[in-house]
Amino acid sequence: MRYVVYFVIAFCLWLLLTLSVNLDHLVAGVIVVLLGTIFFGGYFTDKPIKFLQLHRLIWFIIYIPFFLWYMVKANIDVAYRVLHPERPIKPGIVKIRTILKTNIGKVFLANSITLTPGTMTCDVEGDYLYIHWIWVQSPDLEEASKIIASRFERFLRRIFE
Amino acid sequence: MISTIGWIIIWVGVFFDLLGAIGLIRFPDVYNRLQASTKCVTLGTVGIMLGIFLIKGFTPMGIKALICTAVLLLTSPVAAHALMRGSLHFGTKMWKGTILDTYGTDKLGGEQIEREDT
Repeated sequence: MRYVVYFVIAFCLWLLLTLSVNLDHLVAGVIVVLLGTIFFGGYFTDKPIKFLQLHRLIWFIIYIPFFLWYMVKANIDVAYRVLHPERPIKPGIVKIRTILKTNIGKVFLANSITLTPGTMTCDVEGDYLYIHWIWVQSPDLEEASKIIASRFERFLRRIFE
Repeated sequence: MISTIGWIIIWVGVFFDLLGAIGLIRFPDVYNRLQASTKCVTLGTVGIMLGIFLIKGFTPMGIKALICTAVLLLTSPVAAHALMRGSLHFGTKMWKGTILDTYGTDKLGGEQIEREDT
């Protein structure tokens, strides 16, 4: 089952990349995608049915502009720190706890944290994430979790759990 | 009109790329430099790609730019994370102004912060 879903997604990506329905391109695409499926399909998600659940897709589409907004904010924040003559940084590594259980959810949380204001994931260990924070607001585990992770967890819980 | 917006987004992207490069020079250690370069360069490059998409529209080039955006958003933080974890395990010291290091005390047996006397 997961191999079929992987094949369909990869083939759609191929069609988007070539943007032609020429027979040569289609045959080459099928061969390449089949090879990719044989090698990497095993690493794909266990429950591909999640792709077809509409409410997950809707939450994901809501999540994208939310995430882009935080990304722009992160860049203005970094721009301020880079251009300020006194270089206002107070870095440190804090530990936070996440409520997400699935691996893919944790991956998205870690990536989102890396691209948002002043925070960057160093390592993931079970339910705990180590975050390098350029301006440490609170060294406390619970409070740091609330500031850094909760705004994304609201969305990611609905998308991936 | 759309092409003008595209050019504006491209120039904003180039500006953020430049800021990332400046941050790479100004910040004191590997970890802070990674912060500056990853965030700014990702948004800058995403901006350039989106600008190309707006100018070119739904042509092969525009679609490829859009796919590049998605791939970049997924891979660039992973690369930064790998670099950061790698330098932590290698033992690169953090800047002396760093105020705490839970990773060092939990995993590496002691804080990895550069001190004046050592």
